[in-house]
Amino acid sequence: MPEAAKPGAGALAALKDAGGAALVAAALSFPIVALATVEDINQKLVLEQRWSWVVGAAAMVFVGRLATRAPGAAVVARWALFALAAVVAAYFVSASLDIDADWPAPLILAVIVGAAGFAALALSAPFSAASAARAKQRALRADLAARAGLLRFAGLAALVIFPLFALWLLGPQGSLKWINNYGIQILIYVMLGWGLNIVVGLAGLLDLGYVAFYAVGAYTYALLSTTYGWSFWICLPLAGIFAACWGILLGVPVLRLRGDYLAIVTLGFGEIIRVVLINWSDLTNGYAGVSSIPRVTFFGVPFIDDDSGFAARFGLEFSPIHRTIFLFYLILALALLTNAATLRLRRLPIGRAWEALREDEIACRSLGINTVNTKLTAFALGAGFAGFAGAFFAVRQNFVSPESFTFPESATILAIVVLGGMGSQLGVAAAAFALIGGMEMLRELDFLKQIFGDGFDPAQYRMLVFGLAMVTMMIWKPRGVVSSRAPSIFLKTRAAVSGDHVGEGRG
Amino acid sequence: MTRWLDAPLLTIDHLSMRFGGLVAVDDLSFAVGRGDITALIGPNGAGKTTVFNCVTGFYKPSTGRLALARAGTAEPADIDALTRSGKREAGELFLLERMPGHEIASRARVARTFQNIRLFQGMTVLENLVVAQHNALMRASLMTFGGLVGLPSYAIAEAAAVEKATNWLSRIALLERADDPAGALPYGDQRRLEIARAMCADPVLLCLDEPAAGLNPRESADLNELLLSIRESDGVSLLLIEHDMSVVMKISDHVVVLDYGRKISDGGPAEVREDPAVIAAYLGVADEDEAERIAAGAPP
Repeated sequence: MPEAAKPGAGALAALKDAGGAALVAAALSFPIVALATVEDINQKLVLEQRWSWVVGAAAMVFVGRLATRAPGAAVVARWALFALAAVVAAYFVSASLDIDADWPAPLILAVIVGAAGFAALALSAPFSAASAARAKQRALRADLAARAGLLRFAGLAALVIFPLFALWLLGPQGSLKWINNYGIQILIYVMLGWGLNIVVGLAGLLDLGYVAFYAVGAYTYALLSTTYGWSFWICLPLAGIFAACWGILLGVPVLRLRGDYLAIVTLGFGEIIRVVLINWSDLTNGYAGVSSIPRVTFFGVPFIDDDSGFAARFGLEFSPIHRTIFLFYLILALALLTNAATLRLRRLPIGRAWEALREDEIACRSLGINTVNTKLTAFALGAGFAGFAGAFFAVRQNFVSPESFTFPESATILAIVVLGGMGSQLGVAAAAFALIGGMEMLRELDFLKQIFGDGFDPAQYRMLVFGLAMVTMMIWKPRGVVSSRAPSIFLKTRAAVSGDHVGEGRG
Repeated sequence: MTRWLDAPLLTIDHLSMRFGGLVAVDDLSFAVGRGDITALIGPNGAGKTTVFNCVTGFYKPSTGRLALARAGTAEPADIDALTRSGKREAGELFLLERMPGHEIASRARVARTFQNIRLFQGMTVLENLVVAQHNALMRASLMTFGGLVGLPSYAIAEAAAVEKATNWLSRIALLERADDPAGALPYGDQRRLEIARAMCADPVLLCLDEPAAGLNPRESADLNELLLSIRESDGVSLLLIEHDMSVVMKISDHVVVLDYGRKISDGGPAEVREDPAVIAAYLGVADEDEAERIAAGAPP
């Protein structure tokens, strides 16, 4: 949260500060941004000067810095939003009137980014008004808690209806993208986020190699089905059990470490599993991966265009969308299973011990809690859920290769947990929707081509947007979307515990 | 007056703790009497907290034996037999130096508090007290599996755990704040809550590391009453480190004084207060020679 400085003097100081930051940005971007080498028509390297880019970068930094420092940022933010609207309107008016505006793209980007920063601040301003607002905030939280029940029910209903609704609205062709790319993709990450939430959010163990267990699950199904022809429904629990066993196997030596050391070792183990998958080519077929993995069946009834297929048996016209819809419900069920197990475990002694471990490991030991076993259960359970998700991944793609299980996957899942608010189920789900859905959404932003030219592909900027979202969140809400913690047991009132008190876990 | 030597709860023999070249505790022997309040005092850096950490398993002692006899029947011969057998425990007798920290708490039933309060800050007051009953609840939930399928016996055990926590909360006058986060309590309340949490773990020996630190005189008087009631009505023996002499002299039955890792005095509170070696350690003496003479046991 930005601290409100004294009015008057604060404004000047903020301007100075922002100016200084802009100068630094200009100086830094000068060698990197201002000059670029390009090939000219004679295939000679020439220097291209891009001074507008430097100005754009400096302007971006100036606006962003000011946004975090300025007194009364909320008021400014509202004006900035108006200004943004005016700029966008002016641009489209000039474009529609065929006036060649030729505005440098970075300047427009700068305005957008600055405005986004201001918008975030404007939204957060009512919350940051220190002590006076704190009571109001508490009332708000109680209100939110009451609404959460309704929200949960509505959300669940919406999820169940979603694929049928999409099918009805867009037909089998049009709805495929929405159910597959959005629905299934997001739900996989919701499930992974919920699984990792047990390890990171509840037990406070920073695991950077979570994707390794996802890989174990995926390869379990891939290899057992292609080698022995085992059905998905047998392999699904096996994948979870195998991944959990790997969790225990890796956990026994590493869980004596704490904090940063644990993070580094889990990162290493994540890489080891991937490297083994690449190099043990006799078993895993190396880089080429395992292909033609059997597809999912409706509990034994295949989704094929045949008399014995799903469509024929249920008197429907064959369409590949049936399988996709079934996959959607399958991952929904798996994710809900993860959620139900987590919520239930939180109210059991083991779940409370996880949270106590996150709060203070030494105090746990003094109360007779076996910390190694407690950590191990959290690690194994998180790994088990990743194994389920992995088996689902394999049956959905019918192809697995080590490419799918690289470190950025782990980082994305961890980002979902951190952005969602460690330990909060609702927050993690929301973060998965925003992050994964947002990344898919970038593919849809074709209108940006009007601004930045035809060569502009918004999807290429996903990491940039991802990073910006992270930075904004860390400034605005450092404890994630849902920073408060719901107590597992209460005597009279169920009041959420503010994130200020909740530990983040050091090991 | 050496009633603490009669069937003591905890017998510490020749305990030494070295960190590299530094000798924090040097050949320390004393006994913690059953049903006594034993105070461990001494100037800063005397090694009191190190002794605590050895007793509660946070440190492995370099040498020495820590024998805890949960019931009052253990003879020195039994302890020696157990020591030779190489086992950790026999019946009600435990050798703490051989046990990992969490087993000292769960099996030998030694609970402790910390000098810098270590509550589960982000959990509610009630949750803190329920977590302390982890092992009992774990058994009741059949290592989670029974609880997961909703066994009624677990629900009963949990209700009993809440009942116990509620009793403790009314004893430390925090019932009204049961659903508030522990980190939001004022300092004095956090101290009392930490003691209640340790008591919820069902100890036979409660080790308190400076329970009165940072308390005002009123709070410290309340603390005295709480500690006495723990001894009287719960039958728990106490071992405490304390700098506040008003607490030490008023409630303790037995005082052990450490200086530079060695025991310089051991006896009843009145006896220790008169001991010239203790006075010298606390107030200093005029010159080095005299200090050595006193340390050697000569009359001043």
